[in-house]
Amino acid sequence: MTEVLRAEWTKLRTLPTAAWLLLAAVVVTVGLSAAVTGARNATYTGTSLDATKLSLIGVDLGQAVVALFAVLMVSGEYGCGLISVTVAASPRRHLILIAKALIAAVLSLAAGAIAVLGSLLIGGYLLTGNGLTVAHGYEITSLANATNLRAAGGTVLYLALIALFSLGVATIVREAVPAIGVVLGLLYVFPLLGAVVSDPVWSRHLQQIGPMTAGIAIEATRNLNGLPISPWAGLGVLAAWALGALVLGGLLFRYRDV
Amino acid sequence: MNLYQSSIPIGRESFGQLVRAEWTKLRSVRGWKIAMLLAFALTVALAITVVSGRSQGSINGVVARPHVAAGPGGEPVTDTFFFVQQPLTGNGTITARVTSLVAPSLGTTVCTKSPGRLHCTAARDAGGPAGFLAPWAKAGLIVKASDTEGSAYAAVMVTPAHGVRMQWNYVNDVAGDPGAVSAKSPRWLRLTRSGDTITGYDSTGGHNWSEIDTVRLGGLAATVDVGLFVTSPQLVTVIRNGGLGGTVGGAVGSVPSFAQATMDFVNLDHTGAARAWHGVQVGGNGLSEYPSVGGGYYLSPAGTFTIAGSGDVAPAAIGGPGGTGQPIDVTLVGGFLGLLVLIMLGTVFITDEYRRGLIRTTLAASPRRGRVLAAKAVVVGAVSFVVGAFAATVCVIVGGSLLRSQGNLVYTVSALSEVRMIVGVGAVLAVGAVMALALGTVLRHGAGVIVGLLALFVLPEFLSVGQVLPAAAGEWLLRLTPAAGFAVEQSLQAFPQVSTFYWPQYGYYPLPEWGGFLVLCAYAVAALALASYLLGRRDV
Repeated sequence: MTEVLRAEWTKLRTLPTAAWLLLAAVVVTVGLSAAVTGARNATYTGTSLDATKLSLIGVDLGQAVVALFAVLMVSGEYGCGLISVTVAASPRRHLILIAKALIAAVLSLAAGAIAVLGSLLIGGYLLTGNGLTVAHGYEITSLANATNLRAAGGTVLYLALIALFSLGVATIVREAVPAIGVVLGLLYVFPLLGAVVSDPVWSRHLQQIGPMTAGIAIEATRNLNGLPISPWAGLGVLAAWALGALVLGGLLFRYRDV
Repeated sequence: MNLYQSSIPIGRESFGQLVRAEWTKLRSVRGWKIAMLLAFALTVALAITVVSGRSQGSINGVVARPHVAAGPGGEPVTDTFFFVQQPLTGNGTITARVTSLVAPSLGTTVCTKSPGRLHCTAARDAGGPAGFLAPWAKAGLIVKASDTEGSAYAAVMVTPAHGVRMQWNYVNDVAGDPGAVSAKSPRWLRLTRSGDTITGYDSTGGHNWSEIDTVRLGGLAATVDVGLFVTSPQLVTVIRNGGLGGTVGGAVGSVPSFAQATMDFVNLDHTGAARAWHGVQVGGNGLSEYPSVGGGYYLSPAGTFTIAGSGDVAPAAIGGPGGTGQPIDVTLVGGFLGLLVLIMLGTVFITDEYRRGLIRTTLAASPRRGRVLAAKAVVVGAVSFVVGAFAATVCVIVGGSLLRSQGNLVYTVSALSEVRMIVGVGAVLAVGAVMALALGTVLRHGAGVIVGLLALFVLPEFLSVGQVLPAAAGEWLLRLTPAAGFAVEQSLQAFPQVSTFYWPQYGYYPLPEWGGFLVLCAYAVAALALASYLLGRRDV
């Protein structure tokens, strides 16, 4: 197992793509959070503002880059035929997938932690600068309170689960373009449906089963009763998607030629 | 001179042959054929899912068709107001002075005096926020074909926030004197009927009249109803702000409002015998937005009218909670998944050539590289257009009838607009696929293109539709990004005289239909130019 892990790690660190993508995920997340929180002002926003959730808005886009990183970990090997060498070198294929999953999870946890902390810091700074201060009845994005800490930590986990989900889908689909297409389609179609389906029961159920709509509930710190699904249950739904994709991918990987 | 570029002189290859070669490539890859079918199937499937979840007309499974009147042109209109009227045969002029237009505060009563009967109701029953005057509350004079809902009319009125207006036949609106009305600054209004021509005037002192507009109401009978009217539209307000993900879109609701006006110096100048004024509630039955007893009036012995009313005289084809029906373009929302699949197809149409090395053969066979790119763009664009337009046709027909069968009122659009929407979906999908082809040529690796294009197309929609950004910033995103192209799918028209939220999620885009599409095209042209430049300059 250690050898397989080392092999995977070597493959990843010797190509510039992964490092650039993880950096891009951080930059995109923090950048979008900064742009959105910078554009908000007190006249637009009611006091019911969820400052933590708003500061984490960049995750909505950053997750696409994390997904791309994870998809390319698998599809990159299929693209250039390296996968034949990999499975020849370590015939116990499930170990390869486990090693890839571990590395994807650890790296996206690290990048996610930086992205989330950066977003919260810059979001808190910009929102306060725009007059949305505690004195005016707004909550700041301090990590001292347990709810905010749950939101921040949960969002880091969310990004790691997105990476695992993408890794699983990429193992099923193999080719990079269809794989990222399937991942992004599944992620973004549910929020879209939630916005256009006006029947409240339908809309709620759709948001409860969507990997993004359910998982992102972990970002919420206010109005928790109004969520379609409770924060940890939502993250559980995303974990189920990730596990399902990884198990199906693992089985296909095990029984397919390459 | 490029080493890998063919040194054979360029032959007389026709562009048609190139297009045929590219078409052969596209149709002979099994996965790409599946992609074309999938783009169609997903677009339709998503539309049906969305439409199944839009049953505004059914409450607890019981289909209750919303009651919406039809205007002179057959368009849906709201026609609910309190009308103090008498018949007018032939020509005539009505004049009145409006001295106040207020919102009755909580606890005050509104009295209805019909001949021999005085009836009072508490303004609170109207349900509106106490003391809040709707910006588009209306009080003034009206000439109307009859007191049935949806009949032709012309009116001149004062409003709290939009000055004096002359409006006719629901959709037309012309501004008169600006400013609100008060006891210190009253407004004089006048309507003159001559045949089927109505002229509206306003004046601040009752001496110097200025004409607002002259309009023709086609087919007006000899006898019409003429008189004073007051109405006050529902208020559409944000109840709760939402965010992205869990709760996309804030909850927006509407509440009825109430207005009360005082008018004096009422004079009807005509050749017939003098008649008594009587009050009539026009419309308001079956519309939950307005109280069933809309208002009433009281005539003081001194000849001062106090009239209260609720409702609106305006177009009703409004999206969101301000409207009672559904715009047909909700059936086109599935274009998102179709676009995603066709973007994937456009990307791999070139990146797979790089991956498999086929690009060397392609460029050796046809050394004029710009033409290769053009042929690819034509093929993938045409295929995407056909898939998109075909899917949109199915969505509009099947989705529309599904919507209707669930009891929704679907706002009718002209055949021309329907064709524009269907062609528009095909065109957006085609341009999206061509953009993907161009970016695929630039990057030569596919997966990044998908993420980038999805961010450009979908993120602006998310940020503005989810109300994550303030409305103005969100609108700018929908003007400046490729997502502006979705404007070509809109079917609703924004009416300045109806205040509601003209937001993208309700079917309103900040740019006009083809204007938005041109923004998208500009991006595609820029991407193609860059791709063509790099393709010609690079080795392969």
